[in-house]
Amino acid sequence: MKPRVAFFDFAGCEGDQLQVANLEEKVIDLVEIVNLVNFREIMTEKSDDYDVAFIEGSIATDHDAERLREIRSNADIVVALGSCAAIGGINSIRNSQDPERVEDRVYGDDADKVEAWDKAKPADAIVDVDHYVYGCPIDKDEFIHVVESLVQGKKPNIPTYPVCVECKMNENVCVFARNGEEKRLPSTKREVQTPGPSAVDQGPFCLGPVTRAGCDSKCINEGTTCWGCRGLIDNPNQNAHKKVLDKYGLTVEEVINKFNLYFGWQQEERNNE
Amino acid sequence: MSNEKINIDVEYLTRVEGHGNIKVNASNGQIEKCEWQVIETPRYFESMVVDHSWKELHHITSRICGICSIGHTLASLKATEDAIGIEISDQDELLRKLVLHGENMQSHILHVGYLALPDLMGEGSVIPLASSHPEELKTVIKIHRLANELSDLVGGRTTHPQRLIPGGFSKIPTEKELTELRSKLKNSFNDLMAVADLCEEKADKLPDFSRETEFISLTTDEEYAFYDGQIRSTDTGISPVDDYLDVTNEYVVNQSTAKFARNNRGSYMVGALARLNNNYDQLSPMAKGVAERFNLKPINHNPFMNNIAQLVEVVHNVRDSIKIIDTLLENGLEPQDDYYEPEIEVQSGRGIGAVEVPRGILFHDYTYNEEGVCTAGNCVIPTNQNHANIQHDMEELAPSLIEKDKPEEEIELNLEMLVRAYDPCISCSTHHLDVEFVE
Repeated sequence: MKPRVAFFDFAGCEGDQLQVANLEEKVIDLVEIVNLVNFREIMTEKSDDYDVAFIEGSIATDHDAERLREIRSNADIVVALGSCAAIGGINSIRNSQDPERVEDRVYGDDADKVEAWDKAKPADAIVDVDHYVYGCPIDKDEFIHVVESLVQGKKPNIPTYPVCVECKMNENVCVFARNGEEKRLPSTKREVQTPGPSAVDQGPFCLGPVTRAGCDSKCINEGTTCWGCRGLIDNPNQNAHKKVLDKYGLTVEEVINKFNLYFGWQQEERNNE
Repeated sequence: MSNEKINIDVEYLTRVEGHGNIKVNASNGQIEKCEWQVIETPRYFESMVVDHSWKELHHITSRICGICSIGHTLASLKATEDAIGIEISDQDELLRKLVLHGENMQSHILHVGYLALPDLMGEGSVIPLASSHPEELKTVIKIHRLANELSDLVGGRTTHPQRLIPGGFSKIPTEKELTELRSKLKNSFNDLMAVADLCEEKADKLPDFSRETEFISLTTDEEYAFYDGQIRSTDTGISPVDDYLDVTNEYVVNQSTAKFARNNRGSYMVGALARLNNNYDQLSPMAKGVAERFNLKPINHNPFMNNIAQLVEVVHNVRDSIKIIDTLLENGLEPQDDYYEPEIEVQSGRGIGAVEVPRGILFHDYTYNEEGVCTAGNCVIPTNQNHANIQHDMEELAPSLIEKDKPEEEIELNLEMLVRAYDPCISCSTHHLDVEFVE
């Protein structure tokens, strides 16, 4: 029996479901090993009878949460697909902003009509999540690996080391060394526990030392920097890439707090521990 | 009359991006309710950009939409560059136009081939086509993959591109890569014509429905506008991009949860059909040839023809991509360092960027302080601009079908096809919506 697979989207850009469509011919191979029963973005047929549910997007309303709980009760396996569902993602930028100002900036006089939470949350803030496909967007090969593992009843193998490891293998020039080592040293230290606004022109900066690998250091290969989209590695104090940090005189907390883009929810969780 | 009671209640319309409902109630031929509702969770991008650096904004706002992330990135970069006073080179502008073609092709072929065609072939999704029409489906996939290869090569990733940065590109393709891409594009003509043949065969399934409306898009003397231009309306003519707020006029209506937009009349339409209506003469001859096969010429007021306008644009995208690559290769690519980052002196200011993305004209508007930190942002999204037009179309289409005594299922399918024809991107449009759940 092929497992019955369903996709559900919450608040997000649907870029992860698009990566599934971007598998091109491999999509046809995929529907040979799984039975797609619910994928609103591409199909009209739907069913509440499924074994595996992929969740995309973060959760930010009571209605979202209720729907997610229902999905959890229908599915044997729940997989968070992409940064928004897995770690809160870019939506969690606003979590550290003053909720009243957030609503006022976007809705002005109509702010009262909005029924959304003050924070955007990942799926596992609401229900148990069995597996995670990280990334913004997800990596197509990793997605296939996860699906194949689940079909075979195995646990997917997701890296627990930082992006630096992959970046070194790709022989990139370290972002911190790009404009000369002395130039990149951080000029201001932030309050460690509160992610502040973004870093402005303090030289090239990279979240690779604290971010979970698995992307093949894509963004650095393309000439930019690691923005942290795959989330913090487990236990950053132990697993961060020490060599890079030591070489450039950085601390784990300093790197984590540098840009407040993807780590908002994870940081809050760490602070509550 | 057989249609004594009509009760159409489509929750979470399928085969569109994001969450929307269609509600129609009628009794004895009289419409009691006819609504296009949007029920997406708000995402607050205009607030999220505040306090962030000019170097990060395009990265953040790209996440408004996975499908048009290249277009959002470009509108964002243009707004930032306008605000801070950054110029880009001619080569970079050509490369940006090229990558935008890749996204437009990808999005349109996904919509026409995977989302709209199943309706014309009597299927609920593209999946049954794998066994019923394997060759046709493989052709659609081939074009989709080619579009993604283009975006990958120039943008560094198809979704949430990496190479596009303020002031240019962090990395550019090589002449060899561009030459290879050019030959793949050239070899795609037969596939494009095969898809056009398939659409032509099924075109009689597109409802024959017209409602006069206003069409708004970018326009420029130089070319069929995607990357740059001024605002052009079929009603009110040309206005500068800086006046976009006077054109878009977003407003809240009680019957709907979504913000609507209007310019000269109750609603207007943006997207492929609007661009074609405004800039038809600048389409490549091959694209015009495809338009003629469907008798599609300006000004066409049938929203269902947006599907065909998308097909026409895909052909134009391929032709113009080849032209751009030819120019780049003739000029010779100006090399740049690895991990390139232009030297930029930051200044305060407000900037507006407008780009044509697959679903229509898109505006980003940012204000920066003297440190290059964003203090205010506004984004006006194509689908928001189309919501009112969808609503007005529904108010005219639903009664006309009821009058013809069509069965409820057919009315429902026609209304679903109407919304799909706009290829709405609802999660984009709700960066900004008023959300309340309708019982």
